Amino acid sequence: MLDSVIMSPDDVRRAVMRIAHEIVEHNRGTDGLVFVGMRTRGVPLAQRIASAIYAFEGVAVPVGTLDIGLYRDDLSRRGAAVNIQPSDLPDITGKRVILVDDVLYTGRTVRAALDALIDYGRPERILLAVLVDRGHRELPIRADFVGKNIPTARNDDVQVRLEESDGDEYVRVAGVAGAEVSR
Amino acid sequence: MTSVRATEARAAEAPPFATGSSDSVAWQRRHLLDLDDFTVDELELVMQTADTMKEVLSREVPRVPALRGTTILTLFYENSTRTRSSFELAGKVLGADVINIAASSSSVAKGESLVDTVKTLQAVGADVIIMRHSRSGAPYLAARVVESSIINAGDGLHAHPTQALLDLHTMRASFGSVRGRKVVIVGDALHSRVARSNLWSLTALGAEVTLCAPPTLIPRGLDAGEGTLPPVHVDTDLDRAIEGADVVMALRMQLERMNGGFVPGMREYSRMYQVNASRLARAKPGALVLHPGPMNEGVEISHEVAHGLQSHVEEQVANGVAVRMAVLWLVTQHGRRRAATETE
Repeated sequence: MLDSVIMSPDDVRRAVMRIAHEIVEHNRGTDGLVFVGMRTRGVPLAQRIASAIYAFEGVAVPVGTLDIGLYRDDLSRRGAAVNIQPSDLPDITGKRVILVDDVLYTGRTVRAALDALIDYGRPERILLAVLVDRGHRELPIRADFVGKNIPTARNDDVQVRLEESDGDEYVRVAGVAGAEVSR
Repeated sequence: MTSVRATEARAAEAPPFATGSSDSVAWQRRHLLDLDDFTVDELELVMQTADTMKEVLSREVPRVPALRGTTILTLFYENSTRTRSSFELAGKVLGADVINIAASSSSVAKGESLVDTVKTLQAVGADVIIMRHSRSGAPYLAARVVESSIINAGDGLHAHPTQALLDLHTMRASFGSVRGRKVVIVGDALHSRVARSNLWSLTALGAEVTLCAPPTLIPRGLDAGEGTLPPVHVDTDLDRAIEGADVVMALRMQLERMNGGFVPGMREYSRMYQVNASRLARAKPGALVLHPGPMNEGVEISHEVAHGLQSHVEEQVANGVAVRMAVLWLVTQHGRRRAATETE
């Protein structure tokens, strides 16, 4: 049993900062940008990226929140919460939407989020930003901005904790086959 | 470095949002039969889920795939317009297949028993059976014999839980928590399943409930000793009861049941118990007027009040769809999670 902290609060801060710069560079500015955080931990991450951009560009990019509970397929619903909350999105039609989540794994959650987003409007494009990409995709989905790639085994448990949602902050991998994970 | 600190400060100032307390409230119900054993947490979960459903209903195209592949049957042994159509719409917005069965045009008319009928519907593939029946307790019998979820859409004089939930939702939309709020339920409480279900949910959440009716139309079981209904204030004088009320809920005078000498006459009844403008003026300014419908205007409620500024009757109907979506979502999630753990 191996249990290791992969990202400290400083690591998370630097990753968020880099992603913020990458997004602005990739977009050549902030025109048309909209952040959409996926509940739960994508929301504070989206807010952090937006406030980082505000700090160095002086532009407040709108941040929405998306709950995908009503869009999950049966597999990812396994053991899922019955708790669903209202989504709150700015107008996304014609915008460049940056979808933000904490961990990218099978891609099924992102698939559900894409379905949900498209019900709200027709964005010019949708890009994906995640704090952690842990691999094991089951769908043809990839992230455009990644905080950290973490090779994992399927049975590893990747735990992301953020100050705003959890009162604590770290990224940790707990699992039997996590021995190959390097910092 | 300063910019980073500024970032952190701004992040810390961000408004609080839902924490990762997902599934902190356990939902263990496959059926919705009544609210008599609902906990505060369960009521809150239904309300919160209904808020989410309201957001779905506010969209340009109100449709989500949440219950795709789920079959919902409505089985109504009594007439209904708003309840049945509201459930049907709720199911369709969630992407379920909804089939309506009127007992009068089904095998029930040939004498099929309730148990046989619901077993047949289960065999046909019903995941959820929404049922209205003239006999109190009928949905409990159905819930015992089938695996499908049973939702009580009104049974005899006993319960109408989704109506009470939508009433609660309408009150909360106006003033938040109902704790300490004065709710006056006026009219034929004896024959009212709506009133009975409302008593459970409102008292559970700490509202001050007064039941107001002529002595012949007050249900038994309200005394602390008997305990078949939660204890509430009873008052036979509406002018006194309505004083300072936050909510005035008029019940339908069930004219079809009024052949038992319960009241001397409809004119007498409306003179004493009609919710009209002069009585409403004694309630708190802006008090909500609710009615489960269909209204007998001029009997239990005056035309003026029924369509006045304080009337929330149409809002009740609109909230009914959101609340029924919430109920459908919750009871089916229970089934799905059970199925998922069994296949693992």
